[in-house]
Amino acid sequence: MSTQTSTPSKETTSDVGAAPKRSRGPTSGTALTVLTWFLALTFFFPIFWMVVTGFKNESDAYTETPKLFFAPTLSQFNNVLDKAAPFAVNSLVATTASTILVVLLAVPAAYALSIRPVKKTQDVLFFFISTKMLPLVAVIVPLYVIIGQIGALDNIWVMIVLYTAMNLPIAVWMMRSFLLEIPGEVLEAAAMDGAGLAKMWRHVMIPMTAPGIAATALICVIFAWNEFFFAVNLTASASSTVPVYLVGFIASQGLYFAQLSAAATLASLPVVIAGWIAQKQLVRGLSMGAIK
Amino acid sequence: MTATAEAPAARGSSAATQQQSGSDKKQSASREGWVRRAPLLPALIFAIIVTQVPFLFTLYYSLQSWNLVRPGSRSFVGFDNYIAVFGDRVFREAALNTILITGGCVLISLLIGLGLALLLDRPFPGRGLARTLLITPFLVMPVAGALLWKTTMFDPTFGIVNFVLGPFGGGDIDWLSTYPLAAIIIALVWQWTPFMMLLLLAGLQSQDRSSLEAAAVDGAGPFQMFVSITLPHMRRYIELSVLLGAIYIVNTFDHIYMMTSGGPGTASANLPFYIYQRAFLGFDIGEAAAMGVVVVVGTIIVATFALRVIFKSFTQETS
Repeated sequence: MSTQTSTPSKETTSDVGAAPKRSRGPTSGTALTVLTWFLALTFFFPIFWMVVTGFKNESDAYTETPKLFFAPTLSQFNNVLDKAAPFAVNSLVATTASTILVVLLAVPAAYALSIRPVKKTQDVLFFFISTKMLPLVAVIVPLYVIIGQIGALDNIWVMIVLYTAMNLPIAVWMMRSFLLEIPGEVLEAAAMDGAGLAKMWRHVMIPMTAPGIAATALICVIFAWNEFFFAVNLTASASSTVPVYLVGFIASQGLYFAQLSAAATLASLPVVIAGWIAQKQLVRGLSMGAIK
Repeated sequence: MTATAEAPAARGSSAATQQQSGSDKKQSASREGWVRRAPLLPALIFAIIVTQVPFLFTLYYSLQSWNLVRPGSRSFVGFDNYIAVFGDRVFREAALNTILITGGCVLISLLIGLGLALLLDRPFPGRGLARTLLITPFLVMPVAGALLWKTTMFDPTFGIVNFVLGPFGGGDIDWLSTYPLAAIIIALVWQWTPFMMLLLLAGLQSQDRSSLEAAAVDGAGPFQMFVSITLPHMRRYIELSVLLGAIYIVNTFDHIYMMTSGGPGTASANLPFYIYQRAFLGFDIGEAAAMGVVVVVGTIIVATFALRVIFKSFTQETS
């Protein structure tokens, strides 16, 4: 049971209510628990194996019978850290800057679609979500040509702008759902007290939606950090991000399992940790605010 | 709190009109409109410029014969590119692969995700940890996940998959060249099942427990309760999972690029990957643009249906 308390998010409601399902006796309950754990470990295994392989020498990584016990080494991680550092800096810049931009654009827009809505709120919402359905391949050709003509290929600012556009619809939808949760009475009471718009934001809306803004930012960080399609097509070397660094490992058919595992581990680490911490917000973010 | 999320526009606007009906009744309607619109405009204009304007260029390019490796070859050719696209066998195969990958992946991850969500929706030792382990594949960088499946998992000699299958007599399959589509779908299912599981688990936990308890008291078996109470409640969540999953998976590029490069030959290329090949390896701007337009038209047809369902589930009350 101690494991349950050690996890980041809390189970609150469900423990109480699942009683009817338990009524089938302890044997089937144990069987289901064993099955659940078997599946959880199976799903997690490739990640476990990635981390383990990252600590191997290449000769330990290439054995017909996979080795679980070996003399661990940090040399792969050191090796990767040296080479991947410039890529990581680019990823960090593109992710952070685009996320800040998204929040700055999305919060006011969500306000104009929720608390003080424009007339065509539904149409605007529809437009935003429809841009998310536009296949990226449909715009990559002109983007490549136009960006090439203005001499901005392999420029981190282009990535920032594209990632902002990519995440904006999700952020608008999410922030809107958080703003709608502020009870109308609270806003009316604040307005009666003579609070202006600035005060309203500072003392009511921002404090009440702070967890929502954090969740929105988290989702934007995940998608921007992991983005590959634009990065591989529109950057060459100077502004390439971490996913592009990983491409280097498919070209070489040599013996690189240990090194590529170390690279994959480091590349995934930031988002995995962020996602573990914010499991609850993840659901809401992934459903663009539709599921709480 | 939850009730405010429903019927938002109507409630919000009436509240807002009430607020100001007293003080600035005489303010002109158009000015009021612009005050409301102002916070929206930066985001809206940004989205239009970055997403819609390039698409207009796609339309324009699609009517031209334009290959980057033949400078000066650019000319207006009307609908020739479209005719070429529809006559292109590989394009049709890529379209079929897109449907197979998207459909297969959404369906399988939905079913496994539902199973896992049901298993997680009951108390057992270490439940929080089990859930954390289960969502992790979704958090792994897709490019990294694809790289792992290609190498440490599917490698014919040193991969884990063949090692596990060895005792059952299937130990020497070269997955990526023999079953490229299946290999890609497996890797995608691994990545997307946690997504489905999370959304569906949220649905299960939002269930009204008292009706389940009442049914149990009335002597309903677990299966009966699942079919008559849980499934109808879950319908909205299942629709949402399918649609959101499909939106993302239909654009799959990372896995194909990393695992098979569309091969062997073009056996595992989907539309995003094939268009990428035409544009960036074949430098055929005109034809790639025309393919892009065809894909968008196809998406619009599917999406108008899908969006309606999404909108229904976003705006309806969770009852």
